[in-house]
Amino acid sequence: MDSPAIATVNGEMHAEAHAHPAHLRHHFETVEQQREAASFGMWLFLLTEVMFFGGMFMAYLIYRNWYHAAFVAGCNTLNIWLGTINTAVLICSSLTMAMAVYSAEKRHKKSLITYLILTIVLGLAFLGIKSVEYAEKFELHHVPGPNFSIEQFVHPTNPKAVALAPDMAEKTQVYFSLYFAMTGMHALHMIIGISILIILVVRAFGGAYTDGHMTTIENFGLYWHFVDIVWIFLFPLLYLISRYR
Amino acid sequence: MSQHGATDLEHQEHHVVGPKVYLLIFFALMICTGLTTWVAFIDLGVLNPVIALAIACFKASLVVLFFMHIHYSSKLLKLTVASGLFMFLVLITMTLSDYISRAWGLW
Repeated sequence: MDSPAIATVNGEMHAEAHAHPAHLRHHFETVEQQREAASFGMWLFLLTEVMFFGGMFMAYLIYRNWYHAAFVAGCNTLNIWLGTINTAVLICSSLTMAMAVYSAEKRHKKSLITYLILTIVLGLAFLGIKSVEYAEKFELHHVPGPNFSIEQFVHPTNPKAVALAPDMAEKTQVYFSLYFAMTGMHALHMIIGISILIILVVRAFGGAYTDGHMTTIENFGLYWHFVDIVWIFLFPLLYLISRYR
Repeated sequence: MSQHGATDLEHQEHHVVGPKVYLLIFFALMICTGLTTWVAFIDLGVLNPVIALAIACFKASLVVLFFMHIHYSSKLLKLTVASGLFMFLVLITMTLSDYISRAWGLW
């Protein structure tokens, strides 16, 4: 049904004789079309991730409504400054990742590798701070389970805190379960991201991604920014919205 | 026979987002982070979560639009992102309406 006439109507004879870049797969018409298809696929994956985290956000919303006093008490045990620093670290890592994509676009191998390594370092810094926070939870017996202690919530040491009845104090376990589920899944995404980043750096050393074909870097950038966005919502929900004033 | 002609509209040049835009967005995100932490210490009652989430949504929009290039992307990608967010809101709304109405009349 497709005839050469159509091609001549467009005034371009770019059929089989056209010089394609090596990375253009034969089922795509143009590099731009291939790029768009790859981005489209990546976004569909990210939308499934939105649904995955969305379920946990939904659970948080409803439980916060049910056990509001317990969620306020739980929220105030978190270190707001560590949370703020971690948010800043993640935003920095998003900037370095964006700059890595830009470097790949401009075919600068050295700066691509530098920015990817910076992104790894910042990602590890985030996980380091997170592990300090997790360690504190274990020390304070704030990890849901048999070692969980409601002592701090029934007899709070903070003068601004409201003492909870034992049954409501038990519900702080729901808060900490959601805290660990949400930040834990986020941290898992970070760990997966850093693992992929290491592979990307190794390949970039071999000259990959700076030869004009950078779909992998671009799509990984989308993933990394998505993980950043999840934290942008986790931070206010877990750390900020119920502080004592 | 290779197919061409039909997709020639997609031949537009790819938009490269530069360091200037990235730095601008980066500073905006940092300022918003400082702002949201600062507001958390001020008692605004019911407005505290609203403001915190409004700032979070603003930050997320900046990331999606500029770091993730949606501002410069094709309509297909814009529509994909928008439909995903719409679907998410539909799911939240339907879950909440079920949750709110389940014990209707029992209180």
